[in-house]
Amino acid sequence: MMGNVTLLEFLSMGREVANHRPWPRYQLDSKGWHALAEQMSVSNWEILAEWGEPAEIHVLLRGEDSGAIAVASHPCPDGAFYSLGQFRPSAIRLERAIRDLWGLIPEGLEDQRPWLDHGHWGITHPLGRPRQYDGGRHVYKFLTAEGDGLHQIPVGPVHAGVIEPGHFRFHCQGETVVRLEERLGYVHKGIAGLMSGKPINDAARIAARVSGDATVAYSIAFARAVEAALGLEIPARAHWLRALLAELERVANHLFDIGAICNDAAFAIMLAHMGALREKLLACNARLFGHRLLMDCVIPGGVAINVDESAKAQLLTLVASLRKGFKRGVALYDQTPSLLDRTTGTGIVHSTLAHRFGASGFVGRASSRAVDARKLPGYPPYDDLDFTIPVLADGDVHARVAIRVEEVRSSLNLIEQILARLPDGATSAPLPMRAGEGVALVESFRGEVALWVRLSEAGKVVRAHPHDPSWFQWPLLEAAIEGNIVADFPLCNKSFNCSYSGHDL
Amino acid sequence: MNAIVWQALQIVLVVALAPLVTGYVRWVKARLQGRYGAAPWQPYRDLYRLLQKEAVVAHSASWIFRAAPYVTFASVWLAACIVPTFTTNMVLAPAADLIALVALLAVGRFWTALAGMDVGTSFGGLGASREMLIASLAEPAMLMITFSLSLVSGTTAPAQIVAFVLSGNVGIEVSLGLALAAMVMVAIAENGRIPIDNPATHLELTMVHEAMVLEYSGRHLAMIEAASMVRLTLYIALIATLFAPWGIAQPGAGAAGAMLGLVVFLAKAFILGTVLAFFETSIAKMRVFRYADFLGGALLLGLLATIFLYVSEAV
Repeated sequence: MMGNVTLLEFLSMGREVANHRPWPRYQLDSKGWHALAEQMSVSNWEILAEWGEPAEIHVLLRGEDSGAIAVASHPCPDGAFYSLGQFRPSAIRLERAIRDLWGLIPEGLEDQRPWLDHGHWGITHPLGRPRQYDGGRHVYKFLTAEGDGLHQIPVGPVHAGVIEPGHFRFHCQGETVVRLEERLGYVHKGIAGLMSGKPINDAARIAARVSGDATVAYSIAFARAVEAALGLEIPARAHWLRALLAELERVANHLFDIGAICNDAAFAIMLAHMGALREKLLACNARLFGHRLLMDCVIPGGVAINVDESAKAQLLTLVASLRKGFKRGVALYDQTPSLLDRTTGTGIVHSTLAHRFGASGFVGRASSRAVDARKLPGYPPYDDLDFTIPVLADGDVHARVAIRVEEVRSSLNLIEQILARLPDGATSAPLPMRAGEGVALVESFRGEVALWVRLSEAGKVVRAHPHDPSWFQWPLLEAAIEGNIVADFPLCNKSFNCSYSGHDL
Repeated sequence: MNAIVWQALQIVLVVALAPLVTGYVRWVKARLQGRYGAAPWQPYRDLYRLLQKEAVVAHSASWIFRAAPYVTFASVWLAACIVPTFTTNMVLAPAADLIALVALLAVGRFWTALAGMDVGTSFGGLGASREMLIASLAEPAMLMITFSLSLVSGTTAPAQIVAFVLSGNVGIEVSLGLALAAMVMVAIAENGRIPIDNPATHLELTMVHEAMVLEYSGRHLAMIEAASMVRLTLYIALIATLFAPWGIAQPGAGAAGAMLGLVVFLAKAFILGTVLAFFETSIAKMRVFRYADFLGGALLLGLLATIFLYVSEAV
């Protein structure tokens, strides 16, 4: 125990790396890294992301009290590092993935099973020192549960609906779930490998496709990381237009989520209603910005779209009609006791777990974790806008619906504020050619997207690491379903709506 | 002579009409949700398509798996043949009996559940166990309804219950109202409708009936689907016949009476189908552990119906 040392005080014992913006990066030696790992069990510093390089390990941290953010790095030329996951469970899967991708061994980590690597890549450690994999399927040992009358239900990776692939292994006693274990990695696309060596603009297009439903958030995260690395200030109008697009994306996703959650309780009319509202928004996106999901509208240096007076008027009409329709939908939800009976008290995530795993987004906020990257660390133009972060303490499916409802209302207000106060000027700035490292934290509809990038003098991406909020939400789903019944799993799962694509990279 | 003709017509009618009734309910639900929806006759096309397709059978399946669709369909069809729809003047009418009806439906369910467990997938077992949970609660409720009806009318034969109700010797009975409510609840459970089961779901983990038949394809699936459709029509006919028998032709009514009965029955079927669609749209599916409350309620209503009979007699 080192007393109440703050994150930056602690890290300053390491060597600060030059040209890392906007938050510092410190290189820790072996002793420092050990001390950091041990701090994980006593401090409330959050792990925001953890990733590797062929011979180095990085972790993005935030001091919960001060809000200070920093990257800690540790060179590990011998291919092993002291595991943070043994002290902080949220890092377990991250470190298993680091082992699969970069071949760095997390020492001290109890769970040494592979995570993303299912033995189908043809090589091992594709981002480290790749070696030919001599074949043979991995035999994945699921965790066990023992007792009378227990049985297993394997679900997926291919499901009966049109959803992404993931495997769920249930241990049940009758209808009651005793243990759920997830197995993910089926949609691994090698994003980090694809981005390395690409010109910035090509890499931006890849970043926009990490998780299609959060494409604006990922684009902003990539753009902000690049701009930080280059030390580039972009025009104010670009910041405001980015926020406009981000809020449109948030509303579209939340609307659909609310409908889909109700649909999983066989209340299909809600999905139809919310789907129609979302469709209005997407059609408007296509008309004004040329893409229904706003893909590639945000580019490094600014935005690729603009808003004129007629577009403003159309957006204001859209907001007014969404607000009206949404009010009716929410009233229907609130006045259907059979639906509330399903959502209330189902799939509770305790607030201690939400804090321990650093869950962001509606999963965290429904379990009294008031975290939102738009407020902390905050980025323009949100520091200039008036909005509040809804927080609830119940942690059940209903709370996660209620958070979304509040966020839709708040986002609709934000869109109006942005349109009313949109500054004039250019919408983008040219990118200078400069080497550097940058990191960004952006609030997607799902939670905090972290993105770290290193640029070369030639204007290319040397390495990039996108981190999806789902990494810290998937494990909580396992906890939320425990003690619930099997038939309530789809409802819980939909209320989390974690990304497979963003997680599997 | 006429009795044979009407019986033959009834046998054909229940099967011929069943897909339309199901398709109509789906169509109304789609409209209520603001969708265009497939045409009401889409289930005919679906059945035709399934019959053309190859039936894929799991390696682990035994003869039970292959036989179950036919046994299920046959038992449900036979059950549907003995419920008077447009006339009570049928050959099988004297043999028809509500207790036999409950048993015939149980045979179908038993075989479907057996087939669900036969292939050894976890979903089949899950569905079968839930189906048996529902059955163990719904069957006593159904029998209780039968008892109260037979106590009112002095018979368990649907044809004679109809004759009794139509004779005008029965006023508005509290018992009949309670029995009707119980009957509707049992019908919802037996047909796997919302709030007990969702016939349109794609979520493997929440399924009841669909989970048992997940492994079926081709003509086997067609048989299973057809059996479900006939079962829905059967329950609609049962509710319409027992609780609103007006318009049903009685022996000696002649061809004109039977035709009138047919038209009236069609009207009743579509009214009840519309009511079902409205009900299903306005309610969410309940938790699996609430089934017992729901069907326990049905049993209680059936019991109350019987008790009220004695109370009203005593008064």
